[in-house]
Amino acid sequence: MNIIEIKRLSKSYGTVKAVQDLSFVVKKGELFAFLGVNGAGKSTTISMICGQLKKDSGTITVCGKDVEKNFDEISRKIGVVFQNSVLDAKLSVKDNLRSRAALYGIYGKDFDVRLKELAQLLDFSDILNRPLNKLSGGQKRRIDIARALVHNPEILILDEPTTGLDPQTRRLLWSVVDGLRKEKGLTVFLTTHYMEEAADSDYIIILDKGKIVAEGTPLELKNQYAGDYVTIYGRTEEEIKAFELPYQTIRDAIRVKVDNTSQVTGLITAHPELFTDYEVTKGKIDDVFLEVTGKKPGEGAE
Amino acid sequence: MRLLFNLVRRNLKMYFKDKGLFFSSLLTPMLLLVLYATFLAKIYRDSFSSAMPEGMTIPEALISGTVVSQLVASLLAVSCVTVSFCANLLMIQDKALGSIRDFTVSPVRRSTLAAGYYIASACSTLIVTFSALAVCFVYLATQGWYLSVTDVLLVILDVFMLTLFGTALSSCVNFFLSTNGQASAVGTIVSAGYGFISGAYMPIASFGDGLQKTLMFLPGTYGTNLLKNHLMRGAFAEMKSIGFPPEVIEGIRDSVDCNLYFFDKSVPTWVMAVVLAGSVLFFTGLFILFHVLTRKKQARG
Repeated sequence: MNIIEIKRLSKSYGTVKAVQDLSFVVKKGELFAFLGVNGAGKSTTISMICGQLKKDSGTITVCGKDVEKNFDEISRKIGVVFQNSVLDAKLSVKDNLRSRAALYGIYGKDFDVRLKELAQLLDFSDILNRPLNKLSGGQKRRIDIARALVHNPEILILDEPTTGLDPQTRRLLWSVVDGLRKEKGLTVFLTTHYMEEAADSDYIIILDKGKIVAEGTPLELKNQYAGDYVTIYGRTEEEIKAFELPYQTIRDAIRVKVDNTSQVTGLITAHPELFTDYEVTKGKIDDVFLEVTGKKPGEGAE
Repeated sequence: MRLLFNLVRRNLKMYFKDKGLFFSSLLTPMLLLVLYATFLAKIYRDSFSSAMPEGMTIPEALISGTVVSQLVASLLAVSCVTVSFCANLLMIQDKALGSIRDFTVSPVRRSTLAAGYYIASACSTLIVTFSALAVCFVYLATQGWYLSVTDVLLVILDVFMLTLFGTALSSCVNFFLSTNGQASAVGTIVSAGYGFISGAYMPIASFGDGLQKTLMFLPGTYGTNLLKNHLMRGAFAEMKSIGFPPEVIEGIRDSVDCNLYFFDKSVPTWVMAVVLAGSVLFFTGLFILFHVLTRKKQARG
């Protein structure tokens, strides 16, 4: 079942075409990664999905309903973790969550119950009365996520949620998100500069200059754009040159780029004496990203 | 209603957590009072005495009471509006920090959001203006008290209405601002100009004919003059009781704007009150409309 459907979506700011003829679907319960360099159109698309920005053309359907015509209903199904925290720095964690829960009609005892659940889930019971500006970056991010989940949304939009976070908080965040996906079928719409996070997603779209330049599952993308690597240990550069393939010398081995795994089989058959100690690895999403955009993740658009 | 209560609570907490903002709002009217008392009271008193017909003896307390009533009315009229511009910054701050997005991604109605800002801002401004009013009453009591209970109640009502007017006006103006720098610039302009265009710093009667007629179209003028009428009524009654000729009293009333003329037609006090109340309703409605129209504009594809 498609939980988000985007058809021929376009948005321009003056002469700048931020989003051009974008079409894609997000299936219920999947982790959907929306990648692109800064300025590729990711945040513009998210703003339109959340009803924060009017589109120039196209349609956006969430849970089978048009966002613009059914904003009130759809906004209850979406939780958003913004790139930068938008909570009130001077107010306590509890006051922040209380004021946001009220937006969805959650008050009094219902709020207390939900607050307890979220505090346990995201491990912030001990800082409930502390003002946000006295928290560490990781603690603040946990509260941002709690705010996005306060109304039990069906879709969680994570806009670069782990940028600048310590590994421990990043792990906690993903374990919570994975848990919610498994238990409640939460759909996660993710934008990130960390390609290892995108590698765990169910489906990836890569945007460049407002257009989709690649899409597919991580495996499909890696197979299509990244190729494989065979890392050979204990051999000299002269011996590897015989393959006539691009290679890279690393500390105690040589890494050879191949088109696919079957090409490695051919190399082993042709040069069995060289393959005494080796490993074959798939290309990474970083390689896919670099291949299709010509830029590294986190770079700005030209 | 419960949502509105929560929004107001959040907005008020944000206001009072900013100690600098709260104390600077509170300080503004107090500072004005000190400046008035220090630099202007004597000039006003001397000017008032010299304008009296020769041979007429006026008790010192009555001169002081009249002059201070006029000063206090001007001070309160200005403070109700300038303080509201000072206190009504959260809406801009929410835009500048992006917090507004956290509200607008939710199903909250724009009109509720607007009402939340308006009520919280009105409450915080009222705390400051009523504090200023209390200090003004104490000052007035030390200089010459001629107010009846009804006068006091009417002055309280005037301050309440003028504060709502200031809040509604500042809400409409601030709606279009999105940075603290813009808010600061507007606050400075309002602080500098409002006292003149509302007849608080200088009586409208002392301006040229064209300017007088123009200022009569501004609702703030009526608020200032309501306060003047209610704060000075007792002093004029006292003048009458000690034998001031009615024409002299009317002359003084004209010179301090207690009598307002809209194209040479005298404006009764109740009309001033209606204009002020109407302005509160108009600007409040306009502010809510701005929010609602923004939502609709966003929704149109």
